[in-house]
Amino acid sequence: MREALKAAGAIALKDLAVEWRTKTALVSSLAFAVLVLAILFFARDPTAIGVVDVAPGALWVTFTFAAMIGLNRAFLMERENRALDGILLAPVPSSAVFLGKVAANLVFVTTVEAVSLPLFVLFYDVPLWPRLPALALVIAMATFAFVVVGTLLSSMVVQTRFAELMLPLLLLPFLVPPVVGAVQITARLLAGRPLSEGEGWLRLLLAFDIVYFGLATLLFDDTIDK
Amino acid sequence: MTTRERAHAIARRGTVLSGVMLVALILVYVRALMFTPIERFQGPAQKIFYVHAPAAWSALLAFAITGILSILYLWLRDHRMDLAASASAEVGVAFSVVMLTTGPIWGKPIWGTWWTWDARLTSTLFIFLLFVGYLVMRGAVADPDTRARYSAVLGIMGLVLVPFIHATVFLFRTLHPDPILMKPDKPSLPGDMLVTLLFSFGVFTLLYVGFVTQRYALALLEDLRDEEAANRAVS
Repeated sequence: MREALKAAGAIALKDLAVEWRTKTALVSSLAFAVLVLAILFFARDPTAIGVVDVAPGALWVTFTFAAMIGLNRAFLMERENRALDGILLAPVPSSAVFLGKVAANLVFVTTVEAVSLPLFVLFYDVPLWPRLPALALVIAMATFAFVVVGTLLSSMVVQTRFAELMLPLLLLPFLVPPVVGAVQITARLLAGRPLSEGEGWLRLLLAFDIVYFGLATLLFDDTIDK
Repeated sequence: MTTRERAHAIARRGTVLSGVMLVALILVYVRALMFTPIERFQGPAQKIFYVHAPAAWSALLAFAITGILSILYLWLRDHRMDLAASASAEVGVAFSVVMLTTGPIWGKPIWGTWWTWDARLTSTLFIFLLFVGYLVMRGAVADPDTRARYSAVLGIMGLVLVPFIHATVFLFRTLHPDPILMKPDKPSLPGDMLVTLLFSFGVFTLLYVGFVTQRYALALLEDLRDEEAANRAVS
């Protein structure tokens, strides 16, 4: 168990080191996030719909779209020179590889979110800071949900034709429960209502996190070519 | 018996069953339109129910079977499970199209709107899209073994997603009650209507079996063709 976690940590650090040296995916995801935030701000009639009404949806559409750009990266870079074969030769269980990839993707997506959240406050002028701890919990739960499912799907998708096109098509149906839940809670938080009002949604998010984390860890073994 | 002969035998059985059921489907229409009383509140629009509900049943049955066959594939590694799962998914998508087109045609006169984000409508729409993605992905993987594993993973993930989507829409609606309160559930039906409905359910279920059998036999033959082509390329 400890060996596996160590291996997972090594894979995550390797992925992050590669990303840190090029920053290609990070910079494109961030620029993309800013673009989506800006476009969604104008995608409404300002005389009829207040900015606070579209803000929660805009935040989550931005998060998911920006994350999707980055998620393919984890396995795309292993495809070059068949680098994944090298990793799989190491005497560690394949679930350790999955955990490492999930950890690296979590750091990546959280970084994108941490940078775009202040921009969201700046652009949409919403009273977010007093609700930050509660919001951070919701962001963590929903991000975990789509990183887990996204990492599993991207490990398959990169082996197919039209990989970039395939990930959104397969991933979006799975994002319905976590993203709808996150938007609902965010809307209540921004309206100054207590977190407990979103209790049902929090339970749904938690159940989704647990079920899909277990399922994805089990199924990952079948998505890699041995 | 060679694989080819076996596949042809399966295909013949599927064709016969589908043919008989298509004739039976005509009888469903005749019975529903001419020998079943008109519903008091909904009028003739209610007739579409005899096609819509059985089509929805066949579609969901198809997707459930795809999910179960996916689990069996990963367990037994039997290539035929994968072919049957994909055949079921394809037929399920076809039945979903019937369900998703007949639904709004009924909804417009009865609910006053073509579409509403009701729990059942929303979950079936997303499951339909999920299986469209499943079929698209199958087309994008060339190696049969890889394709089978990926499809099985996606099939299982999809099976687990259904209750989550349902819970999502349920929570969404209980917090924002829809102005249209009428539910798609029917009260207990009078005898004549019930017989028509059950008859239609039977026909649609066997139609599903017939279509899947045909599609499965076709998949077996496709496999055989690819194998022969590979052998020719080697020799």
